[in-house]
Amino acid sequence: MKQETFERHYTDRWDEFERWSEVLDGAREADVAMDERREIGREFPARYRQVCHHLSLARARHYSFGLQQRLNRLALEGHRHLYRARTPVLASILRFVGAGFPRAFRRHGRFVLFSALLFILPGAAMSIAMTLDPDLIYSLVDPAQVASMESMYDPANRSLGRERQSDTDFAMFGYYIANNVGIGFRMFAGGLLFGLGSMFFLGFNGLFLAAIATHLTAAGFSSTFWPFVSGHSAFELTAIVICGGAGLMMGMAGLAPGRKKRWHAIRDRARDALPLVYGGGGMLVLAAFVEAFWSSTTWPPVSFKYAVGGVLWVLTIVYFWLPGRHEP
Amino acid sequence: MRLPVAGLSSRSLAWLIDAIIKGVVLTVGTTVLSILGYFGDALSFIGIFLGLWFYNVLFEVFNQGATPGKSAMGLRVMNANGTPVGWTGSMIRNLLRAVDTLPGCYALGCISVMLSKDFQRLGDLAANTIVVYAQNDAPDASLRNVQNEPVRVPLSPAEQQAVVSFGERAPRLNRERAEELATLMKPVFGEVDADRLRGHAAWIAGGEGKP
Repeated sequence: MKQETFERHYTDRWDEFERWSEVLDGAREADVAMDERREIGREFPARYRQVCHHLSLARARHYSFGLQQRLNRLALEGHRHLYRARTPVLASILRFVGAGFPRAFRRHGRFVLFSALLFILPGAAMSIAMTLDPDLIYSLVDPAQVASMESMYDPANRSLGRERQSDTDFAMFGYYIANNVGIGFRMFAGGLLFGLGSMFFLGFNGLFLAAIATHLTAAGFSSTFWPFVSGHSAFELTAIVICGGAGLMMGMAGLAPGRKKRWHAIRDRARDALPLVYGGGGMLVLAAFVEAFWSSTTWPPVSFKYAVGGVLWVLTIVYFWLPGRHEP
Repeated sequence: MRLPVAGLSSRSLAWLIDAIIKGVVLTVGTTVLSILGYFGDALSFIGIFLGLWFYNVLFEVFNQGATPGKSAMGLRVMNANGTPVGWTGSMIRNLLRAVDTLPGCYALGCISVMLSKDFQRLGDLAANTIVVYAQNDAPDASLRNVQNEPVRVPLSPAEQQAVVSFGERAPRLNRERAEELATLMKPVFGEVDADRLRGHAAWIAGGEGKP
């Protein structure tokens, strides 16, 4: 068959297919009756197969590139509509929070554990070393930053302007979200470099936090520092470790892809790890909320703040321990 | 099916357009929000965070794989198998953007694009996504109304295809370029100009009538 005959024969069908595709895209919302929509739904797959058939004919018969391109585009459009994945967002979020996240946590528990060790051990070593030589903190944190930390938690400053400060809670909420969730995301992303990025961020953050905590405790600021951090520590530290664990998963796939090609292994692992990143990110938003609106309050007695911190730790542990153990 | 993957230059331009859009929106937005005091600051921080991490994801998921910059450059993100990119793929490729930008100026990303078969940056490789030209078909001119010009020499299928493609594209080319391309066919047809070659194309493609 000559190209022109072929085109004359089928061009109406192709035009119609093109129109259907636009309808499915929602580009022609108004002027399409329900009946026609139903017909499109019924006929679309068959028409898609026909377009594919025409495309391969056009190739085999060496029709012009212009025609081949048009058919190729139509086939792609059809493919795009037929294989579109639609998931109800709200339901899947609820299912994720209720079962998916803790389940993912347990399934990849060894990476989370490894991540926790990479976070805690350097920090613990730093803390011990600093009891021998307190000035070690200046090898890690620059003096200006240490000074600003000191002024933030100095009990003498604490009572000043507290009421004015509470207005800033909202601003700090936004800031903590941007900063902390960003850290969590980067901790995951760094895992792509054979896990090195995640290891670095985990180790560095562990060292940094331990150094600050040890320094402020030694400076006698315990009464302000520990009550402040106790509230959000459960969510924040756990989430950071989880994001790091997700990064390590990806890194491990790059180091030891097993029977798969390296990029295939990384791909599969990244997909497996993503729930941990979603969950970790969500926890960091929660932590930002607690940090901005609860941790900064000064009216509750110290013992009460510790109690709340403790309760949140227990809740965190229970959350990762129990939900989703039984398949629904 | 063939997916026309996009190269470094058009993707860089798309990125630049997006960067400018984000820059303008965030600058204006944070300035306006600063009127609202601390509450506005909170929204500003959240806006910056969303702009940094979710601008691409939201557009890719809800706008058929194209951020405004990509739309402007005619690009679109897809899964490597041609299906539309979803939350998972888009999240992975955009979270891992943080690695592609290392150690600066998207150095790792550029190297990866240049070395990989389908011009994928590291985030694309891990998410199994590609960036393609959304469509590259200004409709070609029909040859139906062109005066047929019979071909007297035997042509291979590839040559026929080349001639017909030329015939369809010729109206979109400028005169000089069309003539230049036509002269390439001299070894086959002897003396030939663009109009005559279009005639040959019409004869090959249609050719129902007697020559």
